[in-house]
Amino acid sequence: MNDALRELYQEVILDHGKKPRNFRPLEQATHCAEGHNPLCGDCVTVQVIVEDGVVREATFQGSGCAISTASASLMTEAIQGKSVEEAMALFDEFRAAVVENRESDDLGKLEVLLGVKEFPVRVKCATLAWHTLQAAIQGEGVASTE
Amino acid sequence: MSVASTVPASIDLAALRERFPALRQQVHGRPLVYLDNAATTQRPDVVIRATVDFYEKDNANVHRGVHTLSQRATRDFEEARQTVRAFVDAAHDAEILFTKGCTEAINLVAATWGRTMLREGDEILLSTMEHHANIVPWQLVAEMTGATIRPIPIDDRGQIDLSAYGSMLTERVKLVGIVHVSNSIGTINPVAEITAMAHRVGARVMIDGAQALAHQKVSVRDLDVDFYAMSGHKVYGPTGIGALYGKRDLLEAMPPYQAGGDMIRTVTFEKTTFNDLPNRFEPGTPNIAGAIGWAAALNFVDRMGIDAIGRHEQTLTRYAQHRLSEIDGLRLVGTADDKAGIVAFSLEGIHPHDIGTVLDRNGVAIRAGHHCTMPLMQRFGLPATVRASFAMYTSEAEIDALVAAVQQAKEILG
Repeated sequence: MNDALRELYQEVILDHGKKPRNFRPLEQATHCAEGHNPLCGDCVTVQVIVEDGVVREATFQGSGCAISTASASLMTEAIQGKSVEEAMALFDEFRAAVVENRESDDLGKLEVLLGVKEFPVRVKCATLAWHTLQAAIQGEGVASTE
Repeated sequence: MSVASTVPASIDLAALRERFPALRQQVHGRPLVYLDNAATTQRPDVVIRATVDFYEKDNANVHRGVHTLSQRATRDFEEARQTVRAFVDAAHDAEILFTKGCTEAINLVAATWGRTMLREGDEILLSTMEHHANIVPWQLVAEMTGATIRPIPIDDRGQIDLSAYGSMLTERVKLVGIVHVSNSIGTINPVAEITAMAHRVGARVMIDGAQALAHQKVSVRDLDVDFYAMSGHKVYGPTGIGALYGKRDLLEAMPPYQAGGDMIRTVTFEKTTFNDLPNRFEPGTPNIAGAIGWAAALNFVDRMGIDAIGRHEQTLTRYAQHRLSEIDGLRLVGTADDKAGIVAFSLEGIHPHDIGTVLDRNGVAIRAGHHCTMPLMQRFGLPATVRASFAMYTSEAEIDALVAAVQQAKEILG
C-alpha cells in the first residue's frame, strides 16, 4: 500500500469527509461566501457569526471531495471562539504549511491535512474553505481557488 | 452479452504499443496505464517524426513563396487537407477548413453562419449531453440574435430521446447541435437519423465529432451533416490542429470569421475582396506542422484499420463495464446500447477526485470531474464522475489494473 496515500487519507480526514461537522445553514450568519474550485467543480458555502470581532459560530455546506469536505469541517471547528485576526492568522499558517511547505507547530488538529503537500493538485481542495472564509470576512461573497 | 477476452487478431498490441513512445514509462513507480484518451490520445512515432521532419527539412510558409521549401510546405499542407477530406469522406478539399481544433470549428460556424442566419424567434436544439464547446458558442449567438436554445432530453441510459426530439422539431428550429460520440459517457448518437429529421424541417445540423474519428468510420456524405467539427489530438495527431467540414454551398455563403492575410484576394483601403474556399476561412499562417502531423496520424489509423480499432475498443468497453460492475457500490454512468470506448462511473460515498488521486498513485491515468458537460452531470444528479477512455493501444491488462486500483481506492476511502 502506498504510504503517501495513507498519509493523505488518514482516519480523521475520512471521518470528517464522511461525517462533516457544522454542515448546515446558519440563519443568523453575519458573513457568508461561496467558494468554487473550477478545476474539479467543488463548491462550498461558508457562513459565520462574528460578534465583537470573535467567531461565535461557523458552518459550511456544499459538495466536494474528502479533502475539501474534511478541511472545511476541521476549519469550522478550529475557528470557533477565535478572534477574526486569529482565524486569519491560522489560515496564513495553514497555507504556508501546505503551499510553501513551511514548518509549523501551531496548526493543532489541522495537522492531519499536511499529507496533501505530497499531492500538489490537491492543495487547492484543502484551502478552498479557507479562501471562502476569507472572502466572507472581507465581504466579497465569492471566492475561487484560481 | 458475451465478455470476450481476446483481442481481434488484426491488432498486434505489443508491437503497436512500441510505436507510442509516451506509453513506455513509469508513473509513481508503476507502469503507466493511460486511460485518458478522450482528453487526448498519445502520438505514434510516425506523427512525431512527420512533425520533426517538417521543421528539419521543409520549414517554410505556405501559399506565398516561389522558393523550393515554400513549395514543399504548401504541397504537404494541402496534401494533409486531402488526407482529412478522404478520412471523413467529404466531396471536396475546399470543404475542409483547418482550425485550432474542434472548439474553434464550432465557434466558426456559430460566429458566421449563426450570426447571419439566426433571427429572433428561431430555435437552436442541443442535446443534454453536449460538451460545453457545443453549448456556449450558441449561447453567445443566441444572445446576439434573439434565438432561443432548447435542450433535447436524454434517457436514464444516456441516449437521446428521439421521440421528444421529433416533437421539438418545428420550422422555428434552424440548427440542431449534436455530439457524435459523448465525451463523458461514450454514447454513439444516431447522427444520420437525427440529421434526416432536422432536414425535414429545414434545420441545419452541427456535429461535434471530437470523440468520433478515432473510434469509427465517419462519412460526412453518408451522414449528410451540414457541419462536422474535428480535433487532431483526439485521433493521435498533434494539439492545436483540427478542422471544420462544411457543405460547400453553406461555406460559400458564410461571411469571413477572422480577417488577415491569405484570406483575401485584393485589398485597398476602400474595399477588400475575399479569397475562395478554403483560404477565406484560414487567415494568417496556419499550423502547418500540426496539419502534416495530423495527416500522418490519420494515415496511421488507416493502416491499422478503423474497423479493427473500433472492434478492439468495443471489446474493451464491454470487458471494463463487466469487471467494474462487479464492484460493490459502483454505478456505471451511461449504458447506451451503442457506445464507443468510454466508461464512466461513480462509487457510492466516494468523490471521483479522491478516486483519481488513488488511481494516479497506481500509475493509472483517468479523468475525474464534470468533463465539460455540466448539464449532463446535472441530468444524472452527479457533481462528477470517473471516466476511463480507451484507444487502439489499450490492453485488457490495463483494464485489470484499473479495476484493481479502483478496489484499492474503495479500501482506502470506503
